[in-house]
Amino acid sequence: MIPFRRAALIGLAFGAGAVHLAVVGVLLMLHQRWIIIDVLSLGQATLLLLAGGAGAMAARDKAMNRLLAGLLAGLATAAPVAALAAIIGAVSLQSIFIALSHDLYEMLTVQQGTGLGAVVLLVGGALAGLVGAALRIGSHLVRRAVIPGAVGVVVAGVFQELIQLMLQQYQGIIDDIRDFLYTWEGLSLQGAIVVFVVVGICAELAALLHRRRSARATHDPRRERMIRAGIALLVLAVLPALAGSYIGQVLMLVGLYILMGMGLNLEVGLAGLLDLGFVAFFAVGAYTTALLTAGSAHALMHLSYWLAMPVAVFLSIVVGVLFGLPVLGVRGDYLAVATMGLGEIVRVIVQSDFAAPLLGGAQGILEIPKPRIGPILLGTPVALFYLTLAASAVAAFVAWRLENSRLGRAWMALRDDEDVAQALGINLVRSKLLAYGLGAAFAGLAGSIFATMLTSVYPSSFQLLISINVLALIIVGGMGSLPGVVLGSIALIGLPELLREFGEYRYLFYGAVLIVMMRLRPEGLWPSDVRQRELHASDETLALDAGADPVPAQQR
Amino acid sequence: MARFNAVDIALWCLRIGVVLVVIIGTIATLVRARYNAAQWFDFVMFGLTIGSIYAQIALGYTMVYGVLRLINFAHGDIVMTGAFAGYFVATPLDRSGFLDAHPVLGMAAILAVAVATSTSMALLTERIAYRPFRRVVGLAPLICAIGVSFFLEQTFRGMFGSAVKSYPSPAWQRATFTVLGFNVPRIDLLVIVLALFFMGLLYLIVQRTRMGTAMRAVAEDGEAAALMGIDVNKVVVFTFILGGVMAGIAGVFYAFVYKQVYFFMGFTPGIKAFGAAVLGGIGNIPGAMLGGFFLGMVESVGPTLFLDGIGIPAPYQLRDLIAFTLLIMVLIFRPQGILGERMAKKRA
Repeated sequence: MIPFRRAALIGLAFGAGAVHLAVVGVLLMLHQRWIIIDVLSLGQATLLLLAGGAGAMAARDKAMNRLLAGLLAGLATAAPVAALAAIIGAVSLQSIFIALSHDLYEMLTVQQGTGLGAVVLLVGGALAGLVGAALRIGSHLVRRAVIPGAVGVVVAGVFQELIQLMLQQYQGIIDDIRDFLYTWEGLSLQGAIVVFVVVGICAELAALLHRRRSARATHDPRRERMIRAGIALLVLAVLPALAGSYIGQVLMLVGLYILMGMGLNLEVGLAGLLDLGFVAFFAVGAYTTALLTAGSAHALMHLSYWLAMPVAVFLSIVVGVLFGLPVLGVRGDYLAVATMGLGEIVRVIVQSDFAAPLLGGAQGILEIPKPRIGPILLGTPVALFYLTLAASAVAAFVAWRLENSRLGRAWMALRDDEDVAQALGINLVRSKLLAYGLGAAFAGLAGSIFATMLTSVYPSSFQLLISINVLALIIVGGMGSLPGVVLGSIALIGLPELLREFGEYRYLFYGAVLIVMMRLRPEGLWPSDVRQRELHASDETLALDAGADPVPAQQR
Repeated sequence: MARFNAVDIALWCLRIGVVLVVIIGTIATLVRARYNAAQWFDFVMFGLTIGSIYAQIALGYTMVYGVLRLINFAHGDIVMTGAFAGYFVATPLDRSGFLDAHPVLGMAAILAVAVATSTSMALLTERIAYRPFRRVVGLAPLICAIGVSFFLEQTFRGMFGSAVKSYPSPAWQRATFTVLGFNVPRIDLLVIVLALFFMGLLYLIVQRTRMGTAMRAVAEDGEAAALMGIDVNKVVVFTFILGGVMAGIAGVFYAFVYKQVYFFMGFTPGIKAFGAAVLGGIGNIPGAMLGGFFLGMVESVGPTLFLDGIGIPAPYQLRDLIAFTLLIMVLIFRPQGILGERMAKKRA
């Protein structure tokens, strides 16, 4: 009976997650977006995914009937959701929980009323759990085709507007394909099936090819990674020109966060200095640019952007060093709080009436001109994106060279053990101040571009949230890993930006991501080689420790 | 060694600069005498009120840090959950007139619900986010705690909306009475007295009960305590219960004083209370109480006393600046706090 209890518990945990999504309002928001028109919404897919995930997790034990465990877990996932639906149907709680609306009730019960709706939910959950378990224990041949296929359908359905816009630019065969896959509202059922099959077959073929090749030649994983990163960069470089200004704007924001991520990566990833006041450097870069170039009364000078940018970067470095100086002796978690306090101080000052004559107070500084190269005005988001891309490329080169330099190795030694590093003759003061200064330079550059992008700066743009965003993205990507920063920015900044309605829920998502990543994959999605080795070497001792802990053992 | 001297000189300049601002500002303000005694009394009274709330929040930080060596970054948001829960009891009670008719019973109900909510939130947080990291050193636990903080804030935002909700303010709270010619709002006195009462109770629990003794033993040396047969997990849960109870009470009071709740309200008092805990010496329970009162006073009296004389406009806007400066100065110059830490110097 005990294994079944475990399956039920896993299911209930996933169900609690589903209920949380519903109560917070995410579920209904996701329900507003179709994947396959009139067949499956993103919200429904999320519920199915949760049930399937529970099923897959419950199917881990070898001891019992794994399919049955998956079924049970799926059922247990659906049960709390069904209970929630019944509660909403019986009493209106909307005066307290604003998300528990009648629309949510309709969604959860599939417009069938409480009784039948609950049956549908439970059966759907159980089936999804069964499928999840089957995928887990089934042959990897199946898994390799089905999962990419499903992801392909989701991408094709959710981003239908963007894809259709892109495809509409062309005539002939591409337009015919579009007509076949999409109605003008979204992905059609036949389109979904075709996408699923095509992507599945492609994934299967790619995997076969990959296996053949790796069996034949001794390949170099690092080189392969470089090639993949190169392809990603190429796509990044070409896509906005093809896809238009909306994508350009999103990618530009992603680029700014990549810049900041690389800067914070020097501090947190390499030198191990958890800096939560990072946004201050971003603000310095933005305000310096604004003060030096703006056309409004607050401007000190009216320089061209290209003169103002180096000054902004330089000032950011100065502020970074000044910022690092007092907290040199502060370590670990105290450092996090101290830097956060410093960042907040910068924001409070910028916002106050005290600094208003210089910095514009809450009204900010307006009329910042766009940069121009000779006669060309970099006015469109796409043009500014290329500016960001160029800046990121330079910054990435600097970061890459720094990582493997004497200084980079000193930082890593510092991160691993400050006392030992000092004993080995590393100059702590110099290395730390350089980490703050160089990290600040990246953020200052990002801030400078940000100011011309918005053509205005306000203190409200520089909240602690930005520091947390940047921290989250380097953690998702992998601390100390450059490609990780890119991946993290795309996943955490680009994706929510594309799903516009996601907007206000993104911080919920970031919080969850921080917790989940720290628990399941602390090295990040694309870890640097060194980091991965370190973390997995300590995994063994961790496992031993966990085994020695008496309480989890009792609960099993 | 020359470089170290440069750093030292910079730090000394910082110290002297801050002290100079404080002294010159104070003298200038007192010489100008733009404020009368009643106004100063109001500042002090408000400082004590808000300080007693900070002290209660700081206790949660200090106890958890003592036992786990972890900054419970989400503690401020646990305060927020208590305030929200209290809101949903206080509003109907206020509308129906119950809170005016039976103030004691009404306040008890509000506090009970708030405490239940914040305590269960604290326990959930501990179980889901902190227990897996019990033996992990490095940044992971802190980053996870930051994640929890965000998750709690945004969950409450999603559930109850992002608008600022105004807390009920019954007539008996607004009434003032006169002591030595000064007007004292009743809510202030209520908050201070109740906070002192609950903190005294907590102190007795920690000092006199078996569980409190176990808690102090774990704070002293977790492994040795475990070897002596103390169930460390039980102690940790107990610590989070105590912290959660204090957070719930503090949340309700904070909301009654500022008369509003919203999802981000826990962040700033949380950070400030952490500063208060460090100020009193982290892990040191009387220290946290003292630190809270001190921070409240500095924050309330400070802007006017230090900055008004120098001629800075609207000094009350810089209240947070003073609190954060105090926090940073403590972290930099005296991380062991005024009263000293109770535990060994195991800080990473």
